[in-house]
Amino acid sequence: MAIPKVTPTQAELDSTKAGGKHRPDKHGKKHRHKNRHGQKDGHGHKRRKHKKRKRHRRKHHKHVLPSTPSAASPPPAPSAPAPPAGEQRPAGSFAGAFGLPQATRLLNRAGYGPAPGQAAAVASMGMVAAVQSLTRPSGAANLIGPPPTDDEGAPLAPADIWGHDHLWWLDRMIRSDQPLVERMALVFHDWFATSEGGVSSAQLMIDQSNVFRNYCFGSFFDLFKAVTVDPAMLLWLNGAENVKGAPNENYAREMMELFSLGADRGAYTEDDIREQARALTGWTYDWSSELGAHNFHFEPRRHDNGLKTVFGRTGNFGWEDACQLCVENPLHPSFFVEKLWSYFVGVPPTPETRERLISTYVGSGLQIRPVLEEILMSPDFYEGPPMVKPPVVHVASMLRATGRHVDTSAWVWLGSEAGQQLFWPPNVAGWDDTRWLDTSRMRARWNTVDVVLDGISVDAWEPEVPYSTTETPEEALARALAAWGNPELRPEHWGELLAFAQRAESLITAKWQKGPYRALRLNALLQLIGVSPDLILQ
Amino acid sequence: MSHECCNDFTRAQLLRGAAAEAGKGLPAIEPGMPAPAGTGLTRRRFLSRSAGLALAVYGASKIPLGAFERGIAEAAQSDKVLISIFFEGGIDAMSVLAPVGDPLYASLRPNLKQTPGSGPVFTEDERLQWHPGAKALAELHGAGKVSVFPAIGYEHPDQSHFTSRHYYEIGELDIGQHAGWLGRYLDVVGDEENPLQGLSMDGSLSPMIATAEKPVAAIDSVDSYDMWSPVSAPISDEMFETFARFGSLPSDSPAMLQVRRATKQTEQLREELGALGGFTSPVTYPKGEFAHKLAGLANYLASGLPVRVVTLRAPGGYDTHSDQAEDLAKYLQETCEGIAAFQQDLEKRGLQDRVMIEMWSEFGRRPEENGSAGTDHGAAGCAFVIGSQAEGTMVGEFPGLAKLDENDNVRVTSDFRGMYCSLLEQWLGFDSARVIPGAAALERPTLVKA
Repeated sequence: MAIPKVTPTQAELDSTKAGGKHRPDKHGKKHRHKNRHGQKDGHGHKRRKHKKRKRHRRKHHKHVLPSTPSAASPPPAPSAPAPPAGEQRPAGSFAGAFGLPQATRLLNRAGYGPAPGQAAAVASMGMVAAVQSLTRPSGAANLIGPPPTDDEGAPLAPADIWGHDHLWWLDRMIRSDQPLVERMALVFHDWFATSEGGVSSAQLMIDQSNVFRNYCFGSFFDLFKAVTVDPAMLLWLNGAENVKGAPNENYAREMMELFSLGADRGAYTEDDIREQARALTGWTYDWSSELGAHNFHFEPRRHDNGLKTVFGRTGNFGWEDACQLCVENPLHPSFFVEKLWSYFVGVPPTPETRERLISTYVGSGLQIRPVLEEILMSPDFYEGPPMVKPPVVHVASMLRATGRHVDTSAWVWLGSEAGQQLFWPPNVAGWDDTRWLDTSRMRARWNTVDVVLDGISVDAWEPEVPYSTTETPEEALARALAAWGNPELRPEHWGELLAFAQRAESLITAKWQKGPYRALRLNALLQLIGVSPDLILQ
Repeated sequence: MSHECCNDFTRAQLLRGAAAEAGKGLPAIEPGMPAPAGTGLTRRRFLSRSAGLALAVYGASKIPLGAFERGIAEAAQSDKVLISIFFEGGIDAMSVLAPVGDPLYASLRPNLKQTPGSGPVFTEDERLQWHPGAKALAELHGAGKVSVFPAIGYEHPDQSHFTSRHYYEIGELDIGQHAGWLGRYLDVVGDEENPLQGLSMDGSLSPMIATAEKPVAAIDSVDSYDMWSPVSAPISDEMFETFARFGSLPSDSPAMLQVRRATKQTEQLREELGALGGFTSPVTYPKGEFAHKLAGLANYLASGLPVRVVTLRAPGGYDTHSDQAEDLAKYLQETCEGIAAFQQDLEKRGLQDRVMIEMWSEFGRRPEENGSAGTDHGAAGCAFVIGSQAEGTMVGEFPGLAKLDENDNVRVTSDFRGMYCSLLEQWLGFDSARVIPGAAALERPTLVKA
């Protein structure tokens, strides 16, 4: 075989460690950040200095805390505005009031959370218009607000600087006016999970994410075909090394097990995988030290032209046939609708719902949008239990709520520690969203909230303006909530926060503590809101 | 290229159905579970002169602090620890123990074959030869501290990473089970309040120690467990108190329960580990995060931290569909040298008789190499039980390449569930039937010295 291999550098070899924890470049970064941030409470001095310096640097776009309302009170039960006159909802869809909680859930799950005030605006549209405003965007997406930068204020170089691909996408999550396109791209990034660790090219990873953006509302068959010969995928699952006479089964197996049919359902046999691998032979690429892997193409002489038998059907199948065989397998539609559903709803579909979705999917010729719209209007979507936000959704929604934009690369390693670095899923099965939270990842979310609040929390000890010495617990809580865009909190959480604010005030025993302790209290309230279940759940 | 193809299994196993039934996730957080009692458990900080560490000590509030010195020393001599190390992705058993003496080996592995004499001979079956990168493991074996399973698996092997790994994690051939086999063990013998009893030294919890009820923990760094905020004492104490309360309120959904549990456990761990400082090791460990974690673990054990089962992932990924040789050599060596240093460390500290390591992978790889200088998914794999108290003899045999299974893979000659039963009974002194379904019918190899 004369196929040049992509020879990974030492750093890349290191980076192939599962979990992506040990990349030396990243490690360096991580430590630098940690050190800048202070390793432990005991190093608080260093940390404060750093923060001060950082806030100075940010002064030009310093966040101004909203003015303090006169008094805080438990959040009122949101009043449900009547749907716009004449709203026609499809049969079987959610029939209840479409108010603030419903609009918030829609914005959280079909995007990256509301900007301040956005949930009310969306609620007033009514459910159908609200859903369609997300599922039927027109034209190219606009990115609203200041462009992303690195810590030095320089523009990102997503294809060239490690981690900037993550920042590039996070920025789109925050700023795109087509948030569901970005959310569906994340869904399919997880569905067809490809890791840069196996691709060694950020550009190819970004290109793949654009495939997801382009096809996310159209035909799943078209998407499947595009992904099958996508360069990043051809590298990741060895499709480009699958050659006549020496097939590589990697893609053949995962396209069935993870992408279209599912394991342990009797949808395919080991023989089907081996035959499918033969059908997929023929793709290759050129390689040069200058360009890396490029010119991905099908080469007929590398393709196995013999007869293959897959799912009991026999023919001289090629790669497009391989995709078609999968989507025509009787167990594909149920796999598709259940998998798509699981990204949006926290309970399994009832048998009736499942059948209805299958019929919509098959009836539309395997179109994604109609199934998606049905899911986003289903009663279970609005009435079902909350779901845990994936880490990147948690951070994007916090940046949207606080009006921040991407101006630090901390999001890359914090994302990794919280369990989700974009373009680095843990394996070909994607992220395990049943395991978003444990002691390691919760700690990372806590630290993420701290960085989100950089520039919003106040300096208690050397403030530019002395902190109020009279702020009441209620005022402090209202001020902290306003900085988060006034999210809806459960009453019991609101009660705990107020109780904290009162306990904190009772610690003030000396005159010099009056201002500083109140400033610390505000910072603590800001932090606690960010890690409250209300902001972690969607 | 994609050597990191396999990680968390439960997901594919349920086709994301698990996600649809949200809350099945962090195993300590099963829906319907009662909230753990004892939020008011007394916890005292204690500086152990013998361990050189600040420890958080639970319960027993009437015991004078000085008595803990003796208590730690006694606990250090009695409690058995089981460590699970996972070669993620399906390590090529035919590379770890290459059957250079099998007449079919060279033709099945034209590019990947090892030349006879390039690694140490496997003394229990001279057809086999250790990979050069496994030299440190071969030396431990030579010292009688390694039991080798050259062809471990189960009947009707599944070639999905996710399904097969799931079987190993839960200790049975059932895709529906959620708690791991060691998690189920902890559910019986574990403490209500000690998340350190089941410890994943990783960014997330291993499904293997997923419990139904008892708390367990994941920690990524052995160096610190710091949580940042621009808040200092005394206000920070109240802040963390409120964070703990977020973790203790009632839940009305599985996802809420999951957040609350993780919140509560995180705050517990912060209290417990926040004071742990750096450590020194009596031996020199090789470079790398894996060895550093083992060094930290030895320090934990020496400090008397109440650890019972621990999981780690071996460095690297082993789903070597292409360009197998280089990565496999590098990571296998890093793993084996880390373990050898750990064993030395334990021996220096006198802890060697408390600790047993079980090292596994979800399957072996296809005997016939593929066209990409790699190997595809196979059946029988290899496993190792390592420790001063390990029996140190081979279990099952290498079945040879002349007769393969119906999918042209290496045949299985030992059942991983039998290995689990032996570890539970002989090492942990626990009735395996309470954890492993069908235990009575499984053959138990002798894995622990009599």
